Amino acid sequence: MAKERSTASQGIDITRALRDAVLTGLLAFVLFLPLIGFQTITDMRGNLVLNTRWGLLFSIVAVIAGARLAYAVLLAPWLSQRKLRPVAVTPSPWRDFLGKWIIPFAIGFAIVYPFVVVGTVGFGGAVKWIDNFGIQVLIYVMLGWGLNIVVGLAGLLDLGYVAFYAVGAYSYALLAKEFGLSFWILLPLAGILSSFWGILLGFPVLRLRGDYLAIVTLAFGEIIRLVLINWVDLTNGYAGISGIPRPTFFGIPFNANEDGFAAVFGLEFTPVYRTIFLYYLILALAFLTAFVTVRLRRLPVGRAWEALREDEIACRSLGINTTNTKLTAFATGAMFAGFAGSFFAARQGFISPDSFTFLESASIVAIVVLGGMGSQVGVAVAALAMVGGTELMRDLDFLKAIFGPTFDPTQYRMLLFGFAMVLIMVWRPRGLISTREPTVFLKERKTISADLVGQGHG
Amino acid sequence: MEVFLQQLINGITLGSIYGLIAIGYTMVFGIIGMVNFAHGDVFMVSAFIALIAFLILTTWLGMTSIALALLIVLIVAMIFTAVVNWMIERLAYRPLRGSFRLAPLISAIGMSIFLMNFVQVSQGPRNKSIPPMIQGDFVLLDRNDFAVTLSFKQLVIWGVTAVLLAAFWYLVAKTRLGRAQRACEQDRKMAALVGVDVDRTISVTFIIAAALAAVAGTMYLMYYGVVSFADGFVPGVKAFTAAVLGGIGSLPGAVIGGILIGLIETMWSAYFSIDYKDVAAFSVLAITLIFLPQGLFGRPDVEKV
Repeated sequence: MAKERSTASQGIDITRALRDAVLTGLLAFVLFLPLIGFQTITDMRGNLVLNTRWGLLFSIVAVIAGARLAYAVLLAPWLSQRKLRPVAVTPSPWRDFLGKWIIPFAIGFAIVYPFVVVGTVGFGGAVKWIDNFGIQVLIYVMLGWGLNIVVGLAGLLDLGYVAFYAVGAYSYALLAKEFGLSFWILLPLAGILSSFWGILLGFPVLRLRGDYLAIVTLAFGEIIRLVLINWVDLTNGYAGISGIPRPTFFGIPFNANEDGFAAVFGLEFTPVYRTIFLYYLILALAFLTAFVTVRLRRLPVGRAWEALREDEIACRSLGINTTNTKLTAFATGAMFAGFAGSFFAARQGFISPDSFTFLESASIVAIVVLGGMGSQVGVAVAALAMVGGTELMRDLDFLKAIFGPTFDPTQYRMLLFGFAMVLIMVWRPRGLISTREPTVFLKERKTISADLVGQGHG
Repeated sequence: MEVFLQQLINGITLGSIYGLIAIGYTMVFGIIGMVNFAHGDVFMVSAFIALIAFLILTTWLGMTSIALALLIVLIVAMIFTAVVNWMIERLAYRPLRGSFRLAPLISAIGMSIFLMNFVQVSQGPRNKSIPPMIQGDFVLLDRNDFAVTLSFKQLVIWGVTAVLLAAFWYLVAKTRLGRAQRACEQDRKMAALVGVDVDRTISVTFIIAAALAAVAGTMYLMYYGVVSFADGFVPGVKAFTAAVLGGIGSLPGAVIGGILIGLIETMWSAYFSIDYKDVAAFSVLAITLIFLPQGLFGRPDVEKV
């Protein structure tokens, strides 16, 4: 290729690339001048004063211009060359093998994960890895799978999903504290209460479509959060509820007492047992969600959801009761959020309205859409990438060596989260997993492209 | 009566700010049919740009004339915010045009999270407060020891909003650009066929939306004297409520909706409960969408098979 290209055209390419890079740099300069170039800080007397950060500003501009130049000189020719190459029609056997074994492997790994962690870092460091990483990711996997029923299957965009999560969490916290009921009784109860709220909130909004539905659910989510903040008598407002009873292992508490888990089973007491127990609890709940979803898709109601997503008018003219269909989707999705919420309250031992902001709803929707709506594997991958990735950011201490001791990587978690959302959408608008398994098929099951799947009108 | 009058003045002021933001939502929705979730955060960014410009003018250059400083701050904020929003449209929304419906919405939510955290990281999480720019007020009515006042800064907000709305109305109703915009709103493909540069028109829409958000941001900073990185979300949702209430896609609707939302919020705070004022605004949003989805001035959405 390089030989065929004349030197003249290469020269033009370089000047053009340089010009583009300079223009990009200029644009980046204008873009970042106010907020990076200047910093507002409060001085000793409490007045706002300005600091300048020219060094930082110019290094950012240089990096962006450099990246643009590198793109034009290195990446763009490679991409255009790749476009010319014929696309392989037959899928590679490696990919086939991966497609067949990835799910059993992932399930197996999720099951042995706590032991792998304990084996590698010992009991001391295990709590952090199982709790902060494993349980955190699994909560979002479960929420993602729950919301997937509403968004991915029924095609109803719900931006207030976290409200049901909050209902579950507060139901468990309040009922456990006031009446001393056990976690195992309250778990289904929290699910029922949440799905009741799902029906209650779902009922008035069913006539709405698409973006309007999204906005109303957002409004409901915020209203529930604001009520949780302001109804201090019940919820203790911003201060939240603390001292929520922890779940027990069939009546055996996880503590250092005589009748505690460790003593009963003749083990040495460590807090890791509780963490491992919680890990398996959320894993079981997540699998339950996935299993129920898979089975529901085969039931008439599941097929009605998918039909509704594809074409609501056709659905109605075929005699499907769209109101009931939508309500069951809302209620089922909300029920799983309620389960996850009561687990969350039991795991934290403390809840406050801060855990149920719009950002949480947006993250869950993002996980579902980024994973590829309707694809359960995709949702799990997206949850692992987005939540696990940002959790990993918490302990990147080596970055301190590069950027100096004041550099705090945790600050950049949500910044990168937002950036990744935009990036993944631009790169793959249909989500990471862009093929779907059809529910109903003739003779043999074939995967279909997500472009052929309707995304619902609300 | 005095309380009512005072709240009326306050509500209209607040409503003007919401109305200016709401125009951005309604225009973008009208032209590309997407709820620009990041618009509230663009408003917040503009308030920060205004803050920095104001500090440069007063503390570094020692400018004493507040009126001149305010004018310069307004223009600077409008220009820089326009560049920011133009860039956002280019990078985050344009590649997704024509893609499936949820993609730009998710991209916008991502952008909103990004902007909020960008400001938090670059400017710090604390509230930024400045000394009041304009002081003094007119006493309109003084009875039963309750003085109804109209402060100078409220007057400035009314004046600036009115002038800009007039200029903006002229732009949309009378110029070639406005015609192109309305054409794209009706049918993008047809507009492209008759020679309207659709990409450019959409870019200009985002620039105008950002400029009006910047006016709102500057006015917000001047009125409250304090801004923080998290100030974009709630005004953003309320402005969106205003746009929905007025009928999304309708420009006068956005302004009137904004003023209505401002009034509802201040009246609710005065007569019912200040804690639940946001609940009131969100409830208005839900109720409007459920019972009057086309809003006060919007066209009804006709469903075709």
